Amino acid sequence: MDFEAAPGEVHALLGENGAGKTTLSNILTGLYRPDEGTIVLFGESVEFNSPRDALDAGIAMVHQHFRLVSPFTVAENVVLGDHRDIGRTFLLRTREIERRVEDLSQRYGLAVDPRARIWQLSLGEQQRVEILKALYQDARILILDEPTAVLTPQEANALFETIRAMAEDGRTVIFISHKLHEVKAVADRVTVLRRGRSIATVPASEATPRSLAALMVGREIELGRQNGGRAIGAVCVELAGVWAQGDRGVPAVKDVSLAVGGGEIVAVAGVAGNGQRELAETIAGMRAPIEGRITVAGRNLKGGDPREAIGAGVAYVPEDRLGTGVAPGLSVASNVVLKSYRKPPVSRGPLLLLRKIREVATSLMERYDVRASGPDVPAWQLSGGNLQKLVLAREFSGEPVVLVAASPTRGLDVAGIETVHTYLRSAAERGVGVLLISEDLDEILALADRIVVMYEGAVVGERDATSATVEELGLLMAGGEESV
Amino acid sequence: MNNSLLVVVLASGIAYGTPLLYAALGELLAERSGVLNLGVEGMMLVGAVMGFWAVQRIHAATTLALLGAIGVAALAGALMALIHAFLVVTLRANQIVSGLALTIFAGVAGLSSYLGNDLNLARAPARHQFQEIFPKSFQNWPVVGPILFGQSALVYASWGCVVLVALYLTRTRMGLNVRAVGESPAAADAMCVNVTRYRYAHTLVGGGFAGVGGATFSLSITPQWIAGLTQGAGWIAIALVIFAFWRPTLCLVGAYFFGAFTALPFALQGHGVTVAPELFQSLPYVMTILALVLVSSRAARLRFGAPAALGIPYVREEG
Repeated sequence: MDFEAAPGEVHALLGENGAGKTTLSNILTGLYRPDEGTIVLFGESVEFNSPRDALDAGIAMVHQHFRLVSPFTVAENVVLGDHRDIGRTFLLRTREIERRVEDLSQRYGLAVDPRARIWQLSLGEQQRVEILKALYQDARILILDEPTAVLTPQEANALFETIRAMAEDGRTVIFISHKLHEVKAVADRVTVLRRGRSIATVPASEATPRSLAALMVGREIELGRQNGGRAIGAVCVELAGVWAQGDRGVPAVKDVSLAVGGGEIVAVAGVAGNGQRELAETIAGMRAPIEGRITVAGRNLKGGDPREAIGAGVAYVPEDRLGTGVAPGLSVASNVVLKSYRKPPVSRGPLLLLRKIREVATSLMERYDVRASGPDVPAWQLSGGNLQKLVLAREFSGEPVVLVAASPTRGLDVAGIETVHTYLRSAAERGVGVLLISEDLDEILALADRIVVMYEGAVVGERDATSATVEELGLLMAGGEESV
Repeated sequence: MNNSLLVVVLASGIAYGTPLLYAALGELLAERSGVLNLGVEGMMLVGAVMGFWAVQRIHAATTLALLGAIGVAALAGALMALIHAFLVVTLRANQIVSGLALTIFAGVAGLSSYLGNDLNLARAPARHQFQEIFPKSFQNWPVVGPILFGQSALVYASWGCVVLVALYLTRTRMGLNVRAVGESPAAADAMCVNVTRYRYAHTLVGGGFAGVGGATFSLSITPQWIAGLTQGAGWIAIALVIFAFWRPTLCLVGAYFFGAFTALPFALQGHGVTVAPELFQSLPYVMTILALVLVSSRAARLRFGAPAALGIPYVREEG
């Protein structure tokens, strides 16, 4: 991969998840070492062995997940680990540090009280502290990783002003994003990454959201579409105005309404982190909705109770298949009955019928082609593809009404992907409503009957799969205007 | 007046509280760096036996012999803590298991008693011991005499340690770093603070303090070697850190409070009142159990201001 940025420039790195944005920044900040190639910094070839080397060379990064000590004050966080001039004194010169932090925050419009404690601050303010940390270290190159993900639009605009001010100061700002309008708004140049390669570097003024989306998604050979042709039955799952909190306390799912009919495959497209995972968890009962109604086969769910969801007929293939999908230390057989062990035939009263469990597991393994040396091996020994087949086998065996599958083919090889696709299609043919959450547009176009696009927690568009195009969907996923 | 119950209880409460104070300060330092050390009791006993051994073997003037003994006790405690640090920082073992194992290994039926027997330390009084350093005329002053001037050098030294530890944690750069390591090792690591080094250093110093606490028993309070002479003081010290909200100055208050409880039955006896000493003596342990129950719930830990990363091994998350 080739990449360059000039002093005083705001350079955006644009790409889908897994395109190599994070890896590139980890190399620049000394966390990873490049296998090949060189980093040239201000005309000198450098080699970073640790994050400290990168920091000393003037490269600082603002991570998506803040690295702040929450009981500490802003000033204490800023000065932590500093080892230059007043940072080197044995005693902490709190006043002096606070004064300097205040100076910096005024100069770059980063309004935050240096004496405030981190836990008292909003996420936007915490981000300002992270930027202050970088500026305090006198970073000449700042890498901002998806900085607007946690910001309100107003906060984002303030951040853009700060970024411009830093660039005017001669600093280089590398702005990692997958949102087209932001890139247009703040960057001088844009480098588009795809599958670990830099595809193109274009001046932001000449780029349009449409051209960037095309570069980002790439025109690839589409898999044959095999969707449609199924009779779609009555609505089996319906969401009305559902809101749910994300892990960080801000709403991650905003006013989502959608319905899936029996035998229909509805795909939720979107770049990761736009609320799809939270949406799936909400339907599966792992996350309580704060507002709205979820109805499964005419039954109203209270929400936030996985057993209730299972009882209503929700099957769930989680994104994190090894951590959430199975109990890795338990045997394949135990994992197969994780959702059915309370009922006959695998248990009687408080007792598990172990022989029966192994029988059930063996027959399911055969039916779903789960390759393991036996029903007693621990689940973690299975390959990704077989693990996913195991999860699918368990979920289908519960006779579900609706199947929520979150990134079911991520990390699988071609054969594994094929098998999972076949299973999803055959479930739909049996009349199960399938809600497929995926970032892979090829997969979505190959499977779905209807496509819903999520962006920043809300549904921003809906398309019929037969007429949707990759470009159009890519634009919606990146927050491009519906009208474009 | 100086024989009044209150003065006697306060004066001996300070004496009895001093080993608790040393051990608690050490535990506080380790916990502030994120390392829970339940091996304090074992480290105190090893410190007590090694300190006592040193004072019997060093042929020197009293002051030098005692200083040497304290040094040996601190070193012995730190060596024990090194085992803990290696297990929980380097190997990322469970801190509770490692600490308990150390206390059992070094405790009444273990290393400290073995050393005591092997080195023939039992039944002999200490050749040198810590005594009141102020002249009798000072000690005869009303009220403050026995309380403030009737103490040994170890007591005054412990006051110095409280001040030093408090200033270290709040006013120095290293103190800031160690607090960051205990609260959020990931943030500290991102700012190039060496988490491993800080955890090792503070666990070792903490063990040293525990060793000195143990030696306070064998060189000042008892003063001789009896197997298991700390009688659970290490556990009280751990509870004390919690009651003190991880603050050194509150550790001092708490240590004297527990010390006074230990002293009360003896003082009452001196006044002709007999209460079942078991009743009073059990109170510190009841409080300890309460404190440990409190700290084991996550919500309570947050409310009481426990270091957020306490007890959690740090693994750098790449990427």
